Amino acid sequence: MRRVRWFPALLFAALAVVLLFLTLPIVAIFVDTSPAELVRSLDDPTATDALVLSLWTSALAVAIVVVVGTPAAYLLATRRFRGRSLLITLIELPLVLPPAVAGIGLLAALGPQGLFGGTLEDAGLGIALTTASVVLALTFVAAPFYIRQAETAFGALDRSWLEASRTLGAGEGSTFLRVAIPNALPGLIAGLALAWGRALGEFGATLMFAGSFRGVTQTVPLAIYERFATDFTGALALSAVLVAVSAAILLTVKLATHRSAARVLAR
Amino acid sequence: MSPPRSLRTLLAVLLLALGTSLTACGSDDDPSPTGAAAAGGSDPVVVSAATSLKKALTAYGDAFDQGTVRASFAGSDALAAQIRKGIRPDVFASANTKLPDALFAEGLVEQPVVFATNDLVLAVPAKDATVASVDDLASSGTTVAIGAEGVPVGDYTRTVLGRLPAAQAKAILGNVRSNEPDVGGVVGKVATGAVDAGFVYASDVRGSGGRIVAIELPAKLEPTVRYGVAVVTGAKNPTGAKAFVDGLLQGRGADELRSAGFGAPPAS
Repeated sequence: MRRVRWFPALLFAALAVVLLFLTLPIVAIFVDTSPAELVRSLDDPTATDALVLSLWTSALAVAIVVVVGTPAAYLLATRRFRGRSLLITLIELPLVLPPAVAGIGLLAALGPQGLFGGTLEDAGLGIALTTASVVLALTFVAAPFYIRQAETAFGALDRSWLEASRTLGAGEGSTFLRVAIPNALPGLIAGLALAWGRALGEFGATLMFAGSFRGVTQTVPLAIYERFATDFTGALALSAVLVAVSAAILLTVKLATHRSAARVLAR
Repeated sequence: MSPPRSLRTLLAVLLLALGTSLTACGSDDDPSPTGAAAAGGSDPVVVSAATSLKKALTAYGDAFDQGTVRASFAGSDALAAQIRKGIRPDVFASANTKLPDALFAEGLVEQPVVFATNDLVLAVPAKDATVASVDDLASSGTTVAIGAEGVPVGDYTRTVLGRLPAAQAKAILGNVRSNEPDVGGVVGKVATGAVDAGFVYASDVRGSGGRIVAIELPAKLEPTVRYGVAVVTGAKNPTGAKAFVDGLLQGRGADELRSAGFGAPPAS
């Protein structure tokens, strides 16, 4: 009897510690900034430039990831072939790479003195320190988040549906577009939101590969770091905005996955 | 009877665990005697230093015979901001005198002293450099990296640009592709060829292992680059901090600075 009550207490205590530890810094960001200060520092053109840049570069990066990643994930989910696990591991590797490693890797591959940098420069496509390099860095770090989730979502589809669609005369292309995507949609949206959140928060790879220039390569995290030294309140305000945007994205994930779970149960 | 008690014990254990993990992440220096004993007899000397000092102070720290030295390097302005936010290293070494002087005025550090000088230079990649002088920076198509405003190297760079004709300075600023948070970022961008040139310290070029070369600035453009160091008010290890600062002025630290390319402080 006693043992039974002892364990739930441990669970609650552990949850309380986790909650306190994880929410404290986020709560502190909002406690430390008054709404008036927040609005005032967002008036600063460097802040708005950073926000606009962050939003569109991350949206573009996620769009690229979705367009290329969805069919790739579909293939991984619906075919069994030798080396598949190795392939998936390679694709997931950037998930666990430190951003600084991603940055140096991108420089080593595509920087002016990198493996393919010379070729790119000669073709007039030098991208180091341009907005294109921001998009590239964001795409690199965000892609695995989406592809992994999409692969799981496609893998969870009932194979007999896909086969039925094909038996009824639909080609593989239209099965993918008309059956697989709509049914995996909640999972795909969840992956998209995760990838977008990761792209918005990217710091290290962007700084190393794209540098920091207002309106061109200075995304919100870089602007926060630059303000940290000179304008702590401004840095807090920008952080608060990023927290809000990320929370909105996470909420989307939750709603999407909730719907997906409901759908599976209803089946 | 016993569930609440075990709950209390459990909470105490968890809070203790949380507390220790918080102190462990929050401040790297362990004030407990056991931890210090393991580290070598006394509290380590915790040093916050400008990125440009990395090679010299790492070598000095390794050779320091009055305790362990734990140094972290970043842009001086970011380190000063940390101190203002309550982070307490034992020593603050900055790439200018403005920041330690300001912290001294705020009562956050003790009286700073100048311990080294440096020169600002134009750095270009060792191979295939396209820039040969400050004048080349203004031509269209040239790309430049500089320190961000507020970072000492960025401020020195803006001093240099301020001494140029306005049109030329404007053209150079128009060619800037990145405002880096510390001088290491500028060195990296030049060394990887991401930009054609950048303003860094002479000591950075010496420490770059031949990847970048320096173009000296004309004397009339050269800013006064002086490094200030101070013991932080309320340092955990004031004796070690003082000894560390003394060694920068005379002795092993000064030797390491000279061999890294820093100039001796002007006689006062």
